[in-house]
Amino acid sequence: MPDSHAKDSVGVVTPKTLHFDEPITLACGQRLNAYDLVVETYGELNTDASNAILICHALSGHHHAAGYHSEEDRKPGWWDSCIGPGKPIDTNRFFVVSLNNLGGCNGSTGPSSINPETERPYGPDFPVVTVKDWVLSQAKLADRLGIQCWAAVVGGSLGGMQALQWGLSYPDRIRHAVIIASTPRLSAQNIAFNEVARKAITSDPDFHGGRYYDFNTIPRQGLMLARMVGHITYLSDASMGEKFGRELRDQAYNFGYDAEFQVESYLRYQGERFSETFDANTYLLMTKALDYFDPAYEFDNDLAKALKQATCEFLVLSFSTDWRFTPARSEELVNAMITARRKVSYAEIDAPWGHDAFLIPTPRYTDIFTAYLDRIAREVGA
Amino acid sequence: MRADLSIIEQWINPGSHVLDLGCGDGVLLDYLQREKQATGFGLEINPEHITTCMGRGVSVIEQNLDTQGLANFEDQSFDVVLMTQALQAVRRPDVVLDEMLRLGREGIVTFPNFAYWRLRWYLMRRGRMPESETLPYKWYNTPNIHLCTFKDFEALCYRKNFRIKNRTVVDGEHQDRWLSRLWPNMLGQIAIYRISRQEDEL
Repeated sequence: MPDSHAKDSVGVVTPKTLHFDEPITLACGQRLNAYDLVVETYGELNTDASNAILICHALSGHHHAAGYHSEEDRKPGWWDSCIGPGKPIDTNRFFVVSLNNLGGCNGSTGPSSINPETERPYGPDFPVVTVKDWVLSQAKLADRLGIQCWAAVVGGSLGGMQALQWGLSYPDRIRHAVIIASTPRLSAQNIAFNEVARKAITSDPDFHGGRYYDFNTIPRQGLMLARMVGHITYLSDASMGEKFGRELRDQAYNFGYDAEFQVESYLRYQGERFSETFDANTYLLMTKALDYFDPAYEFDNDLAKALKQATCEFLVLSFSTDWRFTPARSEELVNAMITARRKVSYAEIDAPWGHDAFLIPTPRYTDIFTAYLDRIAREVGA
Repeated sequence: MRADLSIIEQWINPGSHVLDLGCGDGVLLDYLQREKQATGFGLEINPEHITTCMGRGVSVIEQNLDTQGLANFEDQSFDVVLMTQALQAVRRPDVVLDEMLRLGREGIVTFPNFAYWRLRWYLMRRGRMPESETLPYKWYNTPNIHLCTFKDFEALCYRKNFRIKNRTVVDGEHQDRWLSRLWPNMLGQIAIYRISRQEDEL
């Protein structure tokens, strides 16, 4: 039964595709002459356009953050718990913008889009985009929507990196950056996990060097494996134990190699479902964007020095059982902000769900979010 | 604002960069930001207090002095480091004081005086660990694990070669009374000290 009529739901929403034909130059040096961005918005932009909040999605996210796509739609947007009337990101007060990033596979221009020069899908010819490039394209989107300055840019994980980059790239166009379960750069271990995922995809015989569209196939096995290994890093040992333990699908051991433990069949199911809906080239691109993100790199590896560019206020949140981007990684960022004398607040929230905790409302998380966003609303007169 | 906080506030120069250890609900930092254009951070571990700080626009960092220390802060990076009513609750007050003066040019500390006459009388008459409005705990569940007297504190400052720049004594209502100024270690309930390293003056 859909909840699109629930009082705290934004209801049925329709994504819009915005076309941009002013070329942009990407970090890799390549130019993108024209591109589309798919966008959803919730709430109303006020007259002085001061109440806009940008939501940045994570690795496999997209523009559909809240509400439903039809009355029959059973599943709401990926952050529906947080966005809606009376929710922490209150659509009665804020104008919320959510997009599918460049390089994505949910309607924005990406590897599976048609390259106008060849009239075939870009595939591996689509340039590797970075967090900085996304922020650049989001700034073009803000121009289009008539938003000079975001009240806040909010994101979890890879989305948090975009919020941070906004603070650095456009200090006068952002008041608050909310960075959740994120990191100022990936560790060797993080990159290693990404490499396993990429290798799984590129070594699938159906990958065809990224031109699988031409062969009317997809690297299903590779993408499934990539998702399975990724998924493990999103959960915690405790939450997997709680959910599956050593539970078997049958009564006894079969002494074979099929999925016998519940956790095995869960991972296979998740991986299979993902491989049907997500584009492999986009997955490669997103993991590269993660790997390359390192705002300190251009500042002699001095993060505090990089942060001196920012003038916005920061809220940084981490989760106790997140081992993908541990609280220590958030603290590394916070400490650099303290050294750079930026305004920053930080809390480590106790939650058992590992990295995924940023998508799951818990009382303390919700309280902090509500209090901080309420303050922003008062500040901008929303 | 609490009377001890309005005394502290007078000792802080406009535009100071301030670190408040155990900043509570952020009332002092909020005031210093608005009225004295101060900048800085509060450290806190109580979740409700942290949320309140965030809601009122005080920069607050969740950090536990006992388990995490202050190593993430750079030497002499603050004008003033504050600690109100928390010294007696930390695991190593002496180390915290050293750290305060490593991070800041100046430290301001307030704590309850265990030599206050009512506490002395309580112990003498009943022979049991004193309880009062300012110390409303049993010996076994009190967070105040390092209670001291004014004399103890000053002896520590002397041993560490800290300079006591100012000292004020207030009563339980945080009022400055002439009697407690006369005989602070007996009649003062709460002490407010402003300290620095001796060499600052050389």
